[in-house]
Amino acid sequence: MTALGKLLRTTAFKLALAYLAVFAALSMVVLAYVSWHANALIAGQLNATVSAEITGLAEQYRQGGVRKLVAVVDERSNRAANGSIYLLTTFTGDPLAGNISGLPGASLAEPGERELPYQLSGHDTAAPYPAVVRVFLLPGGYRLLVGRDTEERERLKGVIANAVQWSLALVVVLGLAGGVFVAKRVLKRLDAMTETSRSIMAGDLSGRLAVTGSGDEFDRLAEAVNAMLERINELMAGLKEVSDNIAHDLKTPLTRLRNRAEAALRDARTEEDWQGSIEQIIAESDGMIRIFNALLLIARAESGGGRDQLAELDVADVVRGVAELYEPLAEERGATLTVVAPVSVTVLGNRELIGQVVANLVENALNYATGEGTGNEVTVSSEADGASVRIAVADRGPGIPEADRARAVERFVRLDSSRSRPGSGLGLALANAVARLHGGELALDDNAPGLKVTLTLPRVPARLPGPPDRVRLPAPERDAAE
Amino acid sequence: MTSAMKLLIVEDDREAAAYVVKGFAEAGHVADHAADGEEGYALASGANYDVLVVDRMLPKLDGLTLIGRLKGEGSKTPVLILSALGQVDDRVQGLRAGGDDYLTKPYAFAELLARVEALSRRGGASAQETVYRIGDLELDRLSHTVTRGGQDVPLQPREFRLLEYLMRNAGQVVTRTMLLENVWDYHFDPQTNVIDVHVSRLRSKIDKGFDKQLLHTVRGAGYMIRDGAR
Repeated sequence: MTALGKLLRTTAFKLALAYLAVFAALSMVVLAYVSWHANALIAGQLNATVSAEITGLAEQYRQGGVRKLVAVVDERSNRAANGSIYLLTTFTGDPLAGNISGLPGASLAEPGERELPYQLSGHDTAAPYPAVVRVFLLPGGYRLLVGRDTEERERLKGVIANAVQWSLALVVVLGLAGGVFVAKRVLKRLDAMTETSRSIMAGDLSGRLAVTGSGDEFDRLAEAVNAMLERINELMAGLKEVSDNIAHDLKTPLTRLRNRAEAALRDARTEEDWQGSIEQIIAESDGMIRIFNALLLIARAESGGGRDQLAELDVADVVRGVAELYEPLAEERGATLTVVAPVSVTVLGNRELIGQVVANLVENALNYATGEGTGNEVTVSSEADGASVRIAVADRGPGIPEADRARAVERFVRLDSSRSRPGSGLGLALANAVARLHGGELALDDNAPGLKVTLTLPRVPARLPGPPDRVRLPAPERDAAE
Repeated sequence: MTSAMKLLIVEDDREAAAYVVKGFAEAGHVADHAADGEEGYALASGANYDVLVVDRMLPKLDGLTLIGRLKGEGSKTPVLILSALGQVDDRVQGLRAGGDDYLTKPYAFAELLARVEALSRRGGASAQETVYRIGDLELDRLSHTVTRGGQDVPLQPREFRLLEYLMRNAGQVVTRTMLLENVWDYHFDPQTNVIDVHVSRLRSKIDKGFDKQLLHTVRGAGYMIRDGAR
């Protein structure tokens, strides 16, 4: 496509053309209107002048007869050319007075108003001028012709026709030039955007579309695209980080797995040795499978997978269900698991994901915050206010130092204090991804002492009137008291 | 012990299939193998199998299409889907396509065996029975009562459901994931022994003080409720 072709094909140029046509038509209408009115005005003036002359001359005739009339006509005819023409003839057509000649005899025969060409007396060779004349029959067969030169009117017509031509030409030229200018400007910015997009497609994800700061539609588009690129960049960076982490964190158990197999091959002597080694190897592979599953789940949640499967669910129900599941385990570890989920609160969510996250958080709390030197207390709660729902799991364990909290939700980040404990370091990352999938967020706070993890999700207003609560599980507290 | 089952494994990975077929044979079952979807379809519509084990991604005819076709022809044979895709929506899709159970690769063979046996419904009680009996343990599904040797055993609702599920699959191994899925309706893999704690609570209520233990732990697999020694 040639540069011109590209230019002519732009929407801006096509729009300019359309505007051009509209403006041309509009100016034609305006000019036609002006010219029609000007004509009418001038014709009116001519008529009025001629009428006044005739009234005047008729008065002279009444007062002084033909002689007086001839004198007045002569006198007026001799005045400096003012555009008025006069002719007084006998009934035979012989001129008695006046300033024109060369009128065809017939033009005097009939009284009335008409347009005809004339020549001033003594200018017989000159081209005839156009004029509007009125012819009167006077008593005695005299004929009086009074008229006005209409050249002015013709000139005005010419001026208007000229104006029409020029303005048309101007509209077309300016319109085309404007169209080309606008199209070029648009094209320039689009070309710049296309260029940037190409370089981004070629792999340079740091490229951004230029924002001129004028706040026009291109800026808005560029800002939106830039925000999109930012997000893509983030995701890509996340992906890279994940692959790096996978390489690192999966190689560790893989190495262990290999070492165990090797050791078994080298050292195992008895049936029991073999069995023990193989069981260890299976446990190690199960751990790796778990990491894989968690990673896939996080990746799926982060890419927005399962968003189409969100359904209304009662968070309090989920919280109570999870608490009920873990309460015996807490008791076995000598901890109290308290559930505070007094009222049903509805969110649009994926029950399994939210359930799994709450379960992970409770497991974390039971793993890290029970035993010697802890409060042995885990509280899982759900509450709602206005537009959001908060699910919180709080413990009385060692907590996470404030400086480490942001890092703790990243994949595979296991704070040094927890390296020796079981776990993949993916629990909080999953919670974070699930929170984001639901349009919410995850916050880690100081429970003074301990850690409080809060999952905030947007609330779906309860439909009224609804059933008070879909309680089908026993309250775990009662269970514990038993 | 359940009676022998006749199974069809539709799996394109020959090594994995051979391993599974051998495993089923060792457990006393007969398993045929089809290496692609079309062969699987031909075999499944030709013979009477107790359970089909179908890989989701198959050459020639995709697993879900194969299942949809069989179910569309009125087949009542239970199907277990094997898949590397293990997310919530994948499972929902699989079950919607007509699968009766869904197992994500990689899996432990004990898990597959337990699930296939549970699907076959050869062993335990049928879903229609209102009273399950194992030895002197009785569970009444209508009145929600449990008695052992005529003595009332008070159970929490969740413990009741746990026992109900175990008794419905009496004589068969029930894995921890099966319990989590069927009793709690969760599909994740807990990092703790949370299920064991629930089972041991239940055990203390139904077996404590009785000579004969009914609720057994099957090492490396899960649990089984049965009367008498295996």
